Amino acid sequence: MSEQTQSNQAQRPPPIEVHGLINSFGDRKIHDDLDLTVRAGEVMGIVGGSGTGKTVLLNSILGLRQPTAGTIKLFGEDTAAMTRDERDEIEKRWGVLFQHGALFSSLTVLENVSSPLVEHSGLSSSVIRELAEMKIAMVGLGPESHYLKPAELSGGMRKRVGLARALALDPELLFLDEPTAGLDPIGAAAFDDLILELQQNLDLTVFMITHDLDSLYAICDRIAVLADKRVVEVAPPEELERSSHPWIKEYFLGPRGRAARTSEGNR
Amino acid sequence: MTPASFRLEVLQDGRLALGLVGDWTSRTLGRVPRELADALRGRTLDAVDITDLGRFDTAGALAIVQAHNGRMPKHGWQNRPEVERVVHVVEELERHAVEPPRKPDILTRFFARVGRGVYDFLAEAWEAFAFLGELLVAVLRTLAQPHKIRWPAWFSQIDNSGLNAIPIVLITTFFIGAVVAFIGADLLTDFGAGVYAVQLIGVAVFREFAVVITAVLLAGRSASSFAAEIGSMKMNQEVDAMRVMGVDPFQALVVPRLAALILMLPLLTFLAMVAGLVGGIVVTWTQLDLGPSFFLQRLVLDGYMPQHMLAGMVKAPIFAIVVAAIGCRQGMAVGGDVESLGKRVTAAVVQSIFAIIALDAVFALLFMRIGL
Repeated sequence: MSEQTQSNQAQRPPPIEVHGLINSFGDRKIHDDLDLTVRAGEVMGIVGGSGTGKTVLLNSILGLRQPTAGTIKLFGEDTAAMTRDERDEIEKRWGVLFQHGALFSSLTVLENVSSPLVEHSGLSSSVIRELAEMKIAMVGLGPESHYLKPAELSGGMRKRVGLARALALDPELLFLDEPTAGLDPIGAAAFDDLILELQQNLDLTVFMITHDLDSLYAICDRIAVLADKRVVEVAPPEELERSSHPWIKEYFLGPRGRAARTSEGNR
Repeated sequence: MTPASFRLEVLQDGRLALGLVGDWTSRTLGRVPRELADALRGRTLDAVDITDLGRFDTAGALAIVQAHNGRMPKHGWQNRPEVERVVHVVEELERHAVEPPRKPDILTRFFARVGRGVYDFLAEAWEAFAFLGELLVAVLRTLAQPHKIRWPAWFSQIDNSGLNAIPIVLITTFFIGAVVAFIGADLLTDFGAGVYAVQLIGVAVFREFAVVITAVLLAGRSASSFAAEIGSMKMNQEVDAMRVMGVDPFQALVVPRLAALILMLPLLTFLAMVAGLVGGIVVTWTQLDLGPSFFLQRLVLDGYMPQHMLAGMVKAPIFAIVVAAIGCRQGMAVGGDVESLGKRVTAAVVQSIFAIIALDAVFALLFMRIGL
């Protein structure tokens, strides 16, 4: 990365800033005073045990869930103070890959990937088609997949199509919810490489929820650990290994963590 | 956001450069891709000028590559490394792009559609027979092993598709009886035979309307819910889970539904007959001043009414089998996606109503032959 882009990124406001977020279901608090900042151009991994509210955090940021309290700023703008139109503009600057792809089951692969462009771009249909074909190629799928329906795709292909759809409008910010869950280790590694390559080439900021230690080591710049209802630590994986927090110790220094670390060393 | 535009510049040494102005992104390009392609036809670019370029993404890069025979101008990108990376990615993808299959022409599509229609029809008929066979085996096996009858499932189906349907069946057939009475009274009074409206109502309600209306209502109510219930269980792999646990899904899912309808449709039909008569009585009483006791007396004295009633009741269990079997069969045929669920539920309703009407016609011919 050249010095100029470095300085460019320093000028850009952080894409995601969460302050004092509180989320509760009835009496049960999921998040209590949670703070998190994602810098422009980084890959931020979110880890945490089951039930620590990773998906609730994602939904709060995406506006799918109204937080109980706290501020969420996207690209420097407070979501609470936004008008509907401003919110629409923000939504066009991000892409989301849901855990199971969330592809529209009545549309073909090509139509799925075209759909954000059809809705928002105003380009002619032939240009949209070319663009969608390119995005499909970008995630490593061949033209034979264009007319398949989501039901005819394997789990890995579905994720790739979901990623192509998330990238359709060339977003600045990409949300990934467990992108490698349900993939075999080889497929998962290939998907990690794909995300890293796209992130570097397209200058993306990535917010990734994952349980996959290999993914964390392979592509994350920093990792935010959710525990005790807040983000207890944000650091690169190597630093987290030295953390004194019991859950983090267990997570990174347990048998699986060790294996992931060694394999990363061998890469 | 500023809309994209471009200018062509001739450099001192006669080479051509493309000046990019504004934001070149999927949302700001508009009609620029076509204009650029027209402007560049037959020309070769050597460089770009990106001093006035705002934001740039893969859509902008694709527009340039496609307008310029799949190649990017070589020079001029250096000042914006992030733009240069996008350009390289797109150029690389375009170089390896395989011509995607286009849709076949309209004639081929037409014949393909006709062929697929014929094939689907035959396959559907074949599967229907296969299902009927499987169902028959399941029923016989259940009868041979009575301890395998699933009483809770059966009773819950009786409640859902039988008892809960009582109000709608009563109201609908009440109105049918009333309508027949109105028309009959009106026409027959012209001949001075208004009294015969009673027989007309009796025959119409007993023979046809009670059973057909009830069956059609259950086709709309139960066949669709059977298809949707079993279909979503199939999508959720619950049916597969049953199979691997050694539970026969036919015995667990289809037989209780079938048994519930075979029991409930005749009962509902009887209630429908009563409601139809009540509808008829209300109208004859108010329109023709024929009281309820006179109405019932005429029906009883007619002597043929038990026969008409029997002709109606005989059809009920047959229609029950049709509705339950078609609903369950369509449910079992649901594939993996939501769209097939919708199609199958629709097919369940349409096919069962069609089958009811067609079978009713067959029964009419049959009864005429045997004089019932």
